[in-house]
Amino acid sequence: MSAIETAIGGGLQEPQKEPKNYLNVSHTISSWLLTGDHKRIALLYLVSISVMFFFGGVAASLIRYELVSPTGNTLESDTYNKIFTAHGVIMVFFFLVPAIPATLGNFCLPIMVGARDLAFPRLNLLSWYLYVVGGITAIIAMLAGGVDTGWTFYPPYSSMYSNTQVTMTIAAAFIAGFSSITTAINFIVTVHKMRAPGMTWFRLPLFVWSMYATSVVILLGTPVIAITLLMLVFERSFGLPIFNPELGGDPVLFQHLFWFYSHPAVYIMILPSFGVISELIANFTRKRVFGYHFVAFSSLAIAGLGFIVWGHHMFVSSQSMYQSIVFSLISFLVAVPSAIKVFNWTTTIYKGHVRLQTPMIYAISFLGLFTVGGLTGLYLASIGTDVHLTNTYFVVAHFHYVMVGGAITAFLGGLHYWWPKITGRMYPETIAKVNALIVFLGFNLTFFPQFIMGWMGMPRRYHYYYFAPEYQPYHIMSSAGASFLALGLLIPAIYFFKSLNSGPKAPANPWGAHGLEWETASPPPTTNFIETPIVLDEVYDFDPASEYEQEKGTAETYHPGQDLLQDKEGNITQDGKE
Amino acid sequence: MAAITHHGGDHHNEAVHHQYEDIEQQNETYIIGMWSFLVTEVMFFGALFLSYVLYRWAYQPDFYAAHKELSIQWGGINTVILLLSSFTMVLGVHFAQLRDAKKVFATLMTTNLLATGFLVIKFTQEWPAKFEHHLVPGHGFGSNVEHLNGASPRAAELFYTLYFFMTGLHAIHVIIGIIVIGALAMMWQKGKRIVTDDYIPTELVGLYWHFVDLVWIFLFPLFYLIPK
Repeated sequence: MSAIETAIGGGLQEPQKEPKNYLNVSHTISSWLLTGDHKRIALLYLVSISVMFFFGGVAASLIRYELVSPTGNTLESDTYNKIFTAHGVIMVFFFLVPAIPATLGNFCLPIMVGARDLAFPRLNLLSWYLYVVGGITAIIAMLAGGVDTGWTFYPPYSSMYSNTQVTMTIAAAFIAGFSSITTAINFIVTVHKMRAPGMTWFRLPLFVWSMYATSVVILLGTPVIAITLLMLVFERSFGLPIFNPELGGDPVLFQHLFWFYSHPAVYIMILPSFGVISELIANFTRKRVFGYHFVAFSSLAIAGLGFIVWGHHMFVSSQSMYQSIVFSLISFLVAVPSAIKVFNWTTTIYKGHVRLQTPMIYAISFLGLFTVGGLTGLYLASIGTDVHLTNTYFVVAHFHYVMVGGAITAFLGGLHYWWPKITGRMYPETIAKVNALIVFLGFNLTFFPQFIMGWMGMPRRYHYYYFAPEYQPYHIMSSAGASFLALGLLIPAIYFFKSLNSGPKAPANPWGAHGLEWETASPPPTTNFIETPIVLDEVYDFDPASEYEQEKGTAETYHPGQDLLQDKEGNITQDGKE
Repeated sequence: MAAITHHGGDHHNEAVHHQYEDIEQQNETYIIGMWSFLVTEVMFFGALFLSYVLYRWAYQPDFYAAHKELSIQWGGINTVILLLSSFTMVLGVHFAQLRDAKKVFATLMTTNLLATGFLVIKFTQEWPAKFEHHLVPGHGFGSNVEHLNGASPRAAELFYTLYFFMTGLHAIHVIIGIIVIGALAMMWQKGKRIVTDDYIPTELVGLYWHFVDLVWIFLFPLFYLIPK
C-alpha cells in the first residue's frame, strides 16, 4: 500500500505549533463527556475498563491469597464465594467482553475503514454511559453485600435461596449487555456502509473482519442473556415459576439459555484478539497474512459454530446423552477454524522479517498460550474426560489460558502497537519487552499448575482443601505466579501513564506499518483524515515498495533479506506526512 | 495503504451528519442500523418463544385448559386493531415519500390512536379479569379453582407467567411505539428538517411498528388459539 498525496502543496512549511488533533482540539470536561468522537470514547472506555479490571484483579488476588493455605483461614466460606463471584462478574461482563472492541476497536475500526467516525456517534456515547452505569451498579452491589451465586447465576439457588445482591448484580450485567449491543450495531453498520472509496471487503484489515464477526455474535447472543436474566429477576422478585423446579419450572432451561449467550460470549472475548494478532503478526513479520481469506472467513465460521456448541457446558446436567454427543461433535469442529488461524499465523512468521518488538512478543506468547488453551478445550469437549474434569481446576486453567493468555495478551499487544497512534507518544521499548516476558512467565506459573491439580481432582470454587494437602505446592506456585502476573499488569499502567508526558513524540507511522490508521497523523485529527482517502491496494501489501520509499523517490524492487523499510528503533518516517 | 485523497461530501445539507458523505449513505446506514436493532429484538423475544414452546410441549393439556380463560373476542379485536395500525403506518410512510406533511401527521396520529385502543382493551377488558379470578402468577394464584378449568395449578401458573411476561413485554414495546410515533408526528407537524427532508426516518419508525405488530401476530395464536 503506497501513498500518493495529491494535496501536498509543494513548498508549504509546517507551522511550529502542534497541529490540531482529537486530543488537543478542546480541553473542557464537557467536551469529553459529551463527545461523539469515537477516539475520545475509546479513551473513556479505556479508563473505565482499567478501573473495572483493577477491581476484578483485587478479587483475584484475594482468591489466590486465600488458597495458599489448605485450611482456608483468611476468608469466611461465604466471603470467598462472594469474592470469586465478583471476580467472574467484573472480569467477564465489564472487562473481557468490552475490552478490545470498545477500546481498540472503537479507536481503530473507523480509521481502518477510512471513515470520519462510526456510523452512529451518539449511540456510541450512549454505549459508554450504559457501561458506566452498569459498572457502578455492579460495584455498588459488591459493596452492598456482594453476590454468592457465581457469575453464572444458576437457579434455583440464585432465584430462591441466595440472600445476596443478585437482583442488583443482574441489573448491572443487563445494562452492560445493552452497552455491547449498541457497540455491535455501530460496528456492523460502519463496516457495511462507511468504508472509504476503494476499500473493498477483501482489502479490509483482518482486525475489521474479526470485529465484524464479534459484532454479529454480540448482536445475536446478548439479547438472549438479557431476557433470560430478566426472567430470573422476575422469578426472584415475584416468585414466578419460570426456572424454579418446585413450581414446575425447568432450571436446565436457564442453563441452556444462559450458555446460548455465554458460550458465544467466549468468542466475543477471543475473536477481537484474533484480529489484533493478525495485525501484529503481519506487521512485525512484514508479510501478508498467509491465507487472508481463510483467516477472515474462519472468524465468521467461529462466530457461526460458536452458537451451536453451548451444550458442552452441560454434559453433567440432565441434558440427554444424544444431545451431548452432538454438542461434543460440534465443539470439536470449532477447533478447525481456530487451528486454521494458528497455522496461518505460524506460516506467516515463516520466512518473514520478524522484528521482536514488544507487540510481536505479545503476539508470539499469544500463539503459544492460545494453543494450550485451545487444545485443552478438546479434553473438555469430549464427554468422557469432561465428566471427570467438570468443576475442577482444569476447567479454570483452560479458560484462563484462552481468556487471560489469549484475550489479555492480545489486548496488551494491541495496546502497545496502537499506543503511538492513540496518544502520539512512544512507550519505553526495553522495559515493555521485559514486561512482556514477565507477563508470559507469570501467567504460565499461575495457570499451568492448575491444569495439574485439576487433573488430579482439585475442585474449583473451594476455599479450603485440608482434606487433600498434596495440592498445596501447586496452589503456592499458582499464587506466586499470580503475583508476577499482577506486577506485569501494573508496570504497563505506570509506563503508559508516564509516556503521556515524557514519551518521545511518535511519528505518523512508527512501525512502517500499512493500513489506513498509519496514514494519518499520530494522534489523528478529529475527522481522522484531512480528506477522505481512496484505497488502491490491499492492506497487507508490504512489497515491493513501501510508501516511505515512494516518498523518498527511492522505490526499488524488494529483496528478501534486505531491511529497507525500518531501522531497529522504528524511526523511518520521522519527518511525518502531515 | 491507501493513497490518493479526494474531496468528498455533501457538507451543505444540514440533514446529513458530518460522518457521512451524502444523504444516500446516511439513509443506507440508518436502514442497516434499524434492521440490526430488529435482529436483537427478534433474539430478545426468541428466548421467550423458546421457553413457551418447551413448556407447552411439556404441559399441553394444561395449557389448553388454562387458555380457555383468555378472551378470544378481545384478542381478535386487538389483532385487527394492530393490523389496521400497521396499514395506517404504511400510509404514513407513503405520504412521507410524497412529502405530504399533513397526511403524514394524520396517518401517524391514527396509528397512535389505534395503538392506544389496543392498550385500553388490554388493560380494561383483558387483564382485570385475570386479577379478579386470581390468575396472576405469584402468591394466591389459582385460588378460584373453577377458573383453572381443570388445569394443574402449577402448569396454569407457568402458562400465565409466560402470558403476562410476553404480552407485558409486547405492551411495553407498544407504549414505546406510541411515544416514538407521537414524537415523529409532532416533528412532521413542525416541519423539522431532520425528518421532513427524507422519508427514511419515518420508514425506520414504520419498521419498528411492523415488528411490534408482527410479535402480536405470533402471540395471539400461541396464547389464545391453543388446539386441544
